[in-house]
Amino acid sequence: MKLAALVRRDLLLAYRRRGDVATPVIFFVMVTALFPLALSPEPALLRTLAPGVIWVAALLAGLIGQGSLFKSDYEDGTLEQLLLSPVSLELVALLRVLTHWLVTGLPLVILSPLMAMLLFYPASAMGMLIASLLLGTPVLSLLGAVGAALTVGLRRSGLLLPILILPLTVPVLIFGARATALASQGEPVAAPLYLLAAMLVLALTLAPFAIAAGLRVSLES
Amino acid sequence: MFTWFHKLASPPYFYLLAERLVPWFAWASLLIILAGLYGGLWLAPPDYQQGDGFRIIYIHVPSAWMSMFAYAVMAVAAAIGLIWRMKLAHAVSAAAAPLGASFAFLALVTGSLWGKPMWGTYWVWDARLTSELILLFLYVGYIALNQAFEDQRTGDRASAILTLVGSVNLPIIHYSVQWWNTLHQGPTVFVGTGSDIAPGMLVPLLVMIAGFMLYFAAFVMKRIQVEVLRRERNTNWVQELIDKP
Amino acid sequence: MTASATVPLSLSVQQLEIWRGDRCLCRDLTFQLAAGAAIHVQGPNGCGKTTLIRVLTGLGRADDGEVRWCGYLREEDKADYRAAIAYVGHGNGVKLGLTPRENIEVAIALLAQSTPVAVDPVLVRVGLERQADLPCGMLSMGQRRRTALARLLLGYVPLWFLDEPLTSLDTAGVSLITGMLKQHLAGGGLAVFASHQPLDLRPFPVQSLILGAAA
Repeated sequence: MKLAALVRRDLLLAYRRRGDVATPVIFFVMVTALFPLALSPEPALLRTLAPGVIWVAALLAGLIGQGSLFKSDYEDGTLEQLLLSPVSLELVALLRVLTHWLVTGLPLVILSPLMAMLLFYPASAMGMLIASLLLGTPVLSLLGAVGAALTVGLRRSGLLLPILILPLTVPVLIFGARATALASQGEPVAAPLYLLAAMLVLALTLAPFAIAAGLRVSLES
Repeated sequence: MFTWFHKLASPPYFYLLAERLVPWFAWASLLIILAGLYGGLWLAPPDYQQGDGFRIIYIHVPSAWMSMFAYAVMAVAAAIGLIWRMKLAHAVSAAAAPLGASFAFLALVTGSLWGKPMWGTYWVWDARLTSELILLFLYVGYIALNQAFEDQRTGDRASAILTLVGSVNLPIIHYSVQWWNTLHQGPTVFVGTGSDIAPGMLVPLLVMIAGFMLYFAAFVMKRIQVEVLRRERNTNWVQELIDKP
Repeated sequence: MTASATVPLSLSVQQLEIWRGDRCLCRDLTFQLAAGAAIHVQGPNGCGKTTLIRVLTGLGRADDGEVRWCGYLREEDKADYRAAIAYVGHGNGVKLGLTPRENIEVAIALLAQSTPVAVDPVLVRVGLERQADLPCGMLSMGQRRRTALARLLLGYVPLWFLDEPLTSLDTAGVSLITGMLKQHLAGGGLAVFASHQPLDLRPFPVQSLILGAAA
């Protein structure tokens, strides 16, 4: 199975370069830990700000991790071989994003209750926090991958990617942070969660085409 | 119809057509904008709540309107450029982007100037202003990406993909910002634009929108001419055009 | 369409025009390549050899002209054209975190054909049997190049595109390449390669294509 071999390759490479994979998670933990230092250790204030802090940190960690998504494949010529291979580039791109999310996004989601606890986010709402991040972070990964595909051929792409993609992440940020905040107040969160799920479905359907088109354009000159 | 379309898409044909059309559109827009301003600033009655402060809508609303219209133009051009590989379409996008960004900026500035007498502060996280700000960010992203490539055609195609992704996202952004705003009980002082506005106020507004449209048409064509010349600088027809006295 | 025995294999390029930025790399480039023959693309650094080869593979964008494979425009059946070509470019397409064996296994998984290929004989042929299970990051540049060249030996692909195949290879590597190319041409294959060094492929016909004069 061609695609299984590619997923296996990605996982193997991620396993052999565990240090790189952990970077976004460490970034997430550090950024979250900086907020109490910058604001105040006051629990009531931190509890109000916790949803926003966690979501902004997750958003930035996700986008920074996406920057290198296709970089090494572009530089060492693997991407050219993938483009010339009979497998569908859309599918390859989707699997690549999902594998990458599995090794960077999922650990972040798993660690989020710990960081939420440090910000005095109520324990009873942890389930909803995890649910919203599980639905939202893959959308961020897919959007980030679009930016990564469009900028992979550029030498100075580091800051361009967030400039392109951050405006597009606004809905995820709004609904994700809102769901997290509502949950902490003990209010129903079904509406924002459904909207996050809808955005996930939309992104899973459309983003692979944009990513593949971006990769083709990046390789054409 | 199709042959006409095909002919229009040829850069030299479009260049010469625009050369003839631009003055007409430019003069027409100047006259209509002056007429609209006269109507809006002198003829229209002052608002019973906001006094004369409301008159800024005659700049604010058309700017906001045009900032969205320009993005729609770019999205259509991006699709045409990617699907039919039409060079002129990318020139249209590249020409419209800075105009759209300027309109978005103008809408933000006039919106916040209007906000001072209404809310007592220059900035409020109002749903429309926030959407407008994000739209400005989208324009900035397009311009940055379009200019980041050494090869213009690669830059054109990459930024066209970004425009299409943005155009799918824009309605979602718009509604999510509205939802966010209503949840937070933001101030909504803006007068509705539409049927609940007095005709004496509405007519100048519509005239201003028409004037802004003509202004956009004139300047987008002028800018397309520039973009076409830049993109086609190595072709024979541009060389002949330069050599011609 | 499939290139069956009744249709002779051929690559035909007509009036190709390629621009990058302000530079015209070629204009009105027309040539034919028949089965069992090769083209040697030559020219000074920066004349567009790599770009031309990438355009021929379908990766790069051409500004005008057409490329036909066995008489058919390659855009008519992109999958068929991709299945008919193999490309070794400047980038090796070799993952440094994987061993040569693993790299070759991934390449096998990506082949259009689904017949199983034994990895060990290929490793022996390119002279990497002793390094087969070391990460490529620990290998020399020449050994990485050999890993990339192993892709050509995984099955019969009629049209080869090689961009500077001799880069960082030793004399044994050069004769490996020459041998591989001769065997490929003898089997009725076609090859387009760019190289600064001459490559002795006698008795097979090699046309020279010299870029850099068009601009």
